[in-house]
Amino acid sequence: MRSTFRWLEVAFWLVLVAGYVLWPGKLPLASQVLIAGLFALSYDLVLGYAGILSLGHAAYFGVGAYTAGLLAAHGWGEPISGLMVAGLVAALVGFVTSPLVVRGTDLTRLMITTGLGLLLFELANRLGTITGGVDGLQGVEMQPLLGALRFDIYGRTAYGYVLVVVFVLFLAARRLVRSPYGLSLRGIRANPGRMRAIGCRVDLHLAAIYTFAAAYAGVAGALLTQTTQFVGLDVLSFGRSAELLVMLIVGGAGLLYGGFIGAAVFMIAHHVLSSLDPVYWQFWLGVCLIAIVLVGRDGILGAGRRLLTLRRRRPVTVTAS
Amino acid sequence: MASLLGVLFDGLAYGMLLFLMSVGLSVTLGLMNFVNLAHGAFAMLGGYVCVVLMQRWGVPFLGALLLAFFASAVAGVVLERLLYRHFYRRSHLDQVLLTIGLVFVAIAIATWLFGSQQQPLRLPPILSGQWTLVGVDLNVYRCFLLAVGAVLAFALTVVLERTRFGAAVRASVDDARVAEALGIRVSLVFQLTFAVGCGLAGLGGALGIEVLGLDPTFPLKYIVYFLLVVAVGGTGSLKGPLLAALLLGVADVAGKYYLPQVGAFILYAIMVLLLIARPQGLVARA
Repeated sequence: MRSTFRWLEVAFWLVLVAGYVLWPGKLPLASQVLIAGLFALSYDLVLGYAGILSLGHAAYFGVGAYTAGLLAAHGWGEPISGLMVAGLVAALVGFVTSPLVVRGTDLTRLMITTGLGLLLFELANRLGTITGGVDGLQGVEMQPLLGALRFDIYGRTAYGYVLVVVFVLFLAARRLVRSPYGLSLRGIRANPGRMRAIGCRVDLHLAAIYTFAAAYAGVAGALLTQTTQFVGLDVLSFGRSAELLVMLIVGGAGLLYGGFIGAAVFMIAHHVLSSLDPVYWQFWLGVCLIAIVLVGRDGILGAGRRLLTLRRRRPVTVTAS
Repeated sequence: MASLLGVLFDGLAYGMLLFLMSVGLSVTLGLMNFVNLAHGAFAMLGGYVCVVLMQRWGVPFLGALLLAFFASAVAGVVLERLLYRHFYRRSHLDQVLLTIGLVFVAIAIATWLFGSQQQPLRLPPILSGQWTLVGVDLNVYRCFLLAVGAVLAFALTVVLERTRFGAAVRASVDDARVAEALGIRVSLVFQLTFAVGCGLAGLGGALGIEVLGLDPTFPLKYIVYFLLVVAVGGTGSLKGPLLAALLLGVADVAGKYYLPQVGAFILYAIMVLLLIARPQGLVARA
């Protein structure tokens, strides 16, 4: 079982590298999917592993996006350092807000995160002189990557850049969730009271993963800014947080790859269906969500895993509850 | 001075609307611990029923309001039986997903049927116009809103605190298992309160067309306000949500009037601060 998954993992990343040959005309869309996948990975760490129900995760995505955008618009167009600064700023915001989010029940968390998300959205909206307000931030100009590779109109540089960043961050997250610390997070999701009883500092652990995930979200936002050279107010919108939840659930939460699969399905479906009719898209999105919760919530990856298990008739420890 | 009173008056009328629309949600959350993000969809349904009845069939305003109440209540019961009841024991995440899905479907259906534009509403002549009282202009329709809200809040309080059914509701909110053991049919109590809550949301939606407008994004636009009322007011009582809704209404109108450049920012900041200071709501139950 384990070796199957390892091969599947290798194949997954090889297919993405082969994207240059497989979908050369669709590289900008593919970059967007990867960025959404990274954002969903960040949300997976919060929701799938730590069990924190949030509807305001776009706040950190937006902070990263605006940080990178403002840096580039004011002359600091070097992409990699901009990316790092954006990640750090988002992590800082995540760290400052984490005490508010970590405490309380699902419902309070839901409302606090929603409130924080709306708060930042309004802030960006009102600080129009700095952020450009509803018109978006103009004048984002990126310097060539590593001083040599220009961001071209076909998105070749952008796709490679995004793919490398996402891969590196993915490896780190994979290492993290398989560490003892990652196990403690799953323990907290399953039963916080018992974890506390065996001496785990629950609040501290949750705050740490929340900060870490905020940094990932910030990097994802910065990547979007750098590859599209524009920041719109919608990076902070409630809709983005809600769509993020949908992506992760469609793909499968608590499985690391779920976010990427979900992002791909979601964005391609969006691309196809909303070109027919935007109303159509929203309707089917809603129906899909209802169907997913009625049938079982472990998403596409979970279903695939169940199929594999059925075929082999071997018990497997399924991590998603 | 006059403007201050005017803002207060508008804010209270607005708050009454918010109260009507969110009181059902506070009961749902308090009674069944069910996160119903689709509550606004019932309000929107009431609004559209009212508009259609008045414009296509010439039903008078008051009649249309009543029918809006019943339409939303019936829709609530049907959805409760079909979908919601399977989710009471499920996690909050499942409930959020289900009800967000419902919101998307509701928005799509409303757009498909009525288009994305704002729906116009012609008020009966008795309810339009202004009264001038000691130098303050009072909008007649807002007086009507305040009166309806006050009467309904009073009626709800009487039902909840003086009747056997109200006692059953309160017992179920306090401890559903013990209430069940005492012979109260909690699921039936819940269905009835859910229906009334949805009906009130529908009534609020119909009453609110004049003030809040009505378009397909209504459920998303106002869900934050409903959650705010419940979060600030606490769940399972009437006093809390009423107080919270009035406060919110006045704060929102005052904010928009005196500090338009800050807008909704103050409101969200207040919400976050209140939630941090009093996670159980303003009027916490003992």
